[in-house]
Amino acid sequence: MDLAFTKEEQAFREEVRQFFRDNVPPDTRRKMVEGRHLSKDEMVTWWRILNKKGWGVSHWPKQYGGTGWTSVQHYIFNEELQSYPAPQPLAFGVSMVGPVIYTFGNEEQKKQYLPRIANVDDWWCQGFSEPGSGSDLASLKTKAERKGDKWIINGQKTWTTLAQHADMIFCLCRTDPGAKKQMGISFIVFSMKSKGVTVRPIQTIDGGVEVNEVFFDDVEVPVENLIGEENKGWDYAKFLLGNERTGIARVGVSKERLRRIRDLAGKVESGGKPIIQDAAFREKLAACEIELKALELTQLRVVADEGKHGKGKPNPASSVLKIKGSEIQQTTTELLMEVIGPFAAPYDVHGDDGSNEAMDWTAQIAPSYFNNRKVSIYGGSNEIQRNIIAKAVLGL
Amino acid sequence: MDFDLNEEQRLLKDSIDGLLTDSYDFESRKKYMMEKGGWSKTVWLKLAEQGLLGLPFAEADGGFGGGGVETMIVMEALGKALVLEPYLATVVIGGGFLRHAGTDAQKAAHVPGIIDGSKTLAFAQLEKNSRYDLFDVATTAKKKGDGWVIDGEKFVVLNGENADTLIVTARTKGERRDKAGIGVFLVPANAKGVTKKSYPTQDGLHAADITLTGVEIGPDAVLGNPEDSLALIERVVDEARVALCAEAVGLMDESLKTTVEYIKTRKQFGVAIGSFQSLQHRASDMFVAAEQARSMSMFATMAGDFENAKERSNAIAAAKVQIGKSLKFVGQQAIQLHGGIGMTMEAKIGHYFKRLTMIENSFGDTDYHQRRVADGGGLI
Ligand SMILES: Cc1cc2nc3c(=O)[nH]c(=O)nc-3n(C[C@H](O)[C@H](O)[C@H](O)COP(=O)(O)OP(=O)(O)OC[C@H]3O[C@@H](n4cnc5c(N)ncnc54)[C@H](O)[C@@H]3O)c2cc1C
Ligand SMILES: Cc1cc2nc3c(=O)[nH]c(=O)nc-3n(C[C@H](O)[C@H](O)[C@H](O)COP(=O)(O)OP(=O)(O)OC[C@H]3O[C@@H](n4cnc5c(N)ncnc54)[C@H](O)[C@@H]3O)c2cc1C
Repeated sequence: MDLAFTKEEQAFREEVRQFFRDNVPPDTRRKMVEGRHLSKDEMVTWWRILNKKGWGVSHWPKQYGGTGWTSVQHYIFNEELQSYPAPQPLAFGVSMVGPVIYTFGNEEQKKQYLPRIANVDDWWCQGFSEPGSGSDLASLKTKAERKGDKWIINGQKTWTTLAQHADMIFCLCRTDPGAKKQMGISFIVFSMKSKGVTVRPIQTIDGGVEVNEVFFDDVEVPVENLIGEENKGWDYAKFLLGNERTGIARVGVSKERLRRIRDLAGKVESGGKPIIQDAAFREKLAACEIELKALELTQLRVVADEGKHGKGKPNPASSVLKIKGSEIQQTTTELLMEVIGPFAAPYDVHGDDGSNEAMDWTAQIAPSYFNNRKVSIYGGSNEIQRNIIAKAVLGL
Repeated sequence: MDFDLNEEQRLLKDSIDGLLTDSYDFESRKKYMMEKGGWSKTVWLKLAEQGLLGLPFAEADGGFGGGGVETMIVMEALGKALVLEPYLATVVIGGGFLRHAGTDAQKAAHVPGIIDGSKTLAFAQLEKNSRYDLFDVATTAKKKGDGWVIDGEKFVVLNGENADTLIVTARTKGERRDKAGIGVFLVPANAKGVTKKSYPTQDGLHAADITLTGVEIGPDAVLGNPEDSLALIERVVDEARVALCAEAVGLMDESLKTTVEYIKTRKQFGVAIGSFQSLQHRASDMFVAAEQARSMSMFATMAGDFENAKERSNAIAAAKVQIGKSLKFVGQQAIQLHGGIGMTMEAKIGHYFKRLTMIENSFGDTDYHQRRVADGGGLI
């Protein structure tokens, strides 16, 4: 047992950090720190910088542009990226559909999609959830019917994150209505510009628009856009959801926020002195930092296990990472609310025009608190994670 | 970075797990509790036979040169089996003082007896008003000729009844809460002026309140610098905290396992109660709490070797906080999920709960350590 990073790993961390310092556009970083939404342009610009460096799809196999890093290197890269902070690669392309395509797709599909995913030439979105199918995803109803050399797609997806930017969607569609729930589903990809696709924005409680409803009305999709085998889509979806094990803890994100809280708490006054000098506040902050430390170690245990025994089947420990990681993220936003106190109320009055520098940092704190309620809902809600632990770990 | 045990450590784990499976089922434990001092000399000698009592001592001193990980393995196993024997008091704490501050002569006088199981130790530190502050010492040690005279009262001294030697903290200089002026002394338990009142503790261990009245000891009884040993005490107590964290992880593992087995078999409403989702989610949360605790126990074990005392203490305090929160949740819910049977002495789960609870209040509780981390500038 040895929890120290090797010299090489430490040097790698320094290299990564330096690259971020030199290359992340400062305004992008500032907006991330302040919890603001980034424009499509800002995100794509940064991802292309990352891709040019060869780090855009770091965890892919080398032949498709990956880095060949060890599990520990991936961990370090993610942590530094999250805590710098800079936008993480677009998960829908890089972490979700990319691995499905290079694992289950044919050569033609790999050639067609993978390089474009890496360079974000296509912005992908995830068409899984439907109004009637959230946690019980396998009950989904969106239909794809084979007509000659086309799929005809009808139905509705919802909660589709950033579909307003998307060029492509990967979609779970029912292709065999007679089969049992999980058996008749296929994994089909197509252009969001196709005729019959309508995107309607949904405003979330923070006031932002990051999710959408997506309607399909007789959308025609070439048959070759099926990934893998017909009616095996559920297996690919499970593979996709189980793939993202350690990123979900978002330790780096919470670390960055805790540093920010400590910094702000040294400036904002309460009772005539900085709020950090209030013992009750300080202890709450310490409590959160301790939970995060424990989570970081739990995550490292999973990373080390992967490094040693390979990424076999999904590790139920990832449910621990999801539950604790989301709880801690939410706690950090609560602590920020506590720091800001009565100035939580103004509703982004100044916008991002720099007109009120002194109060700029307050604008996104309440929205960020509201927005972060999502993290225990999506990606398999925390209740679903508890079901997984009960079944897969405890055998209940 | 590597969380796996090496070959030797795996063997160590197998050997202690094997020994305890053979000799420490719940029924045997009840019998050991009735023996003198509340634990079994026979089991103690078996631990000695397997070399476990010599584990942390240097090879030059007759030990096995084991480090933090080895102690963690043993303490986890002792926790899992709810062991009563004074490993913490004798090997971890007593041994710790001798390892860090003992002269060759002191080691020669005490270590062989620890290793062969013939002698046990006890740490007489807690005072009526000191609570968790290690520097709060009212007991005095006054110079007399070459030696010292000790006066004071010590409370809840684990293994105080059986120990052959007491390790006593006493003030040689200054006021009750001064950080300087504290010494550590090896006092024979049968020295003139030592009186003991023994009793079983809530978790089935045994402790004693000890009064020292004009106890005279020689110059060879001083461990380290008699006027400035707070750092030494903190170091050894930190090691004790790390060991307690590991013991608690073992206790939590067994509590969760026992509880899950119970709810799989207990039937109400015509089905196993483990089929109710509210209980499943509770058990899942117990698992999460236990895993977070395990991570921090490992972290604390590593931190035991940190050169920088402040970083070491901060990390171990953080671990004690996580362990304290986790053990409270796991312990309480283990009882809850057992229903009425969890309230009885007959079922073993309650005994795990009680030991866990006492660990929270040993060498600093959750609030105490949380405050230390907070005042020390945090952990990020
Ligand atoms: C901000 C945001 C972004 C999203 N982005 C995407 C996206 O890009 N693409 C996409 O496909 N989806 C996306 N989702 C959808 C997300 O995956 C679903 O919200 C999630 O699966 C939960 O489904 P639901 O909202 O229908 O809630 P429901 O499934 O209706 O759940 C409601 C409540 O019941 C609980 N519950 C449900 N089943 C059980 C059970 N068996 N046991 C115990 N409790 C249960 C849930 O935990 C929850 O608390 C996003 C969601 C949000 C909030
Ligand atoms: C100190 C004490 C005094 C008592 N005094 C009396 C008395 O004077 N007279 C008398 O008749 N009884 C008495 N009782 C018995 C008491 O009413 C029972 O303990 C209680 O009804 C629970 O039953 P159980 O212990 O069999 O637990 P179980 O019913 O086996 O329950 C075990 C666990 O499963 C949970 N559980 C059970 N069913 C469900 C479900 N459907 N959904 C979710 N969770 C479930 C319970 O909440 C509990 O956590 C006493 C109990 C105690 C501990």
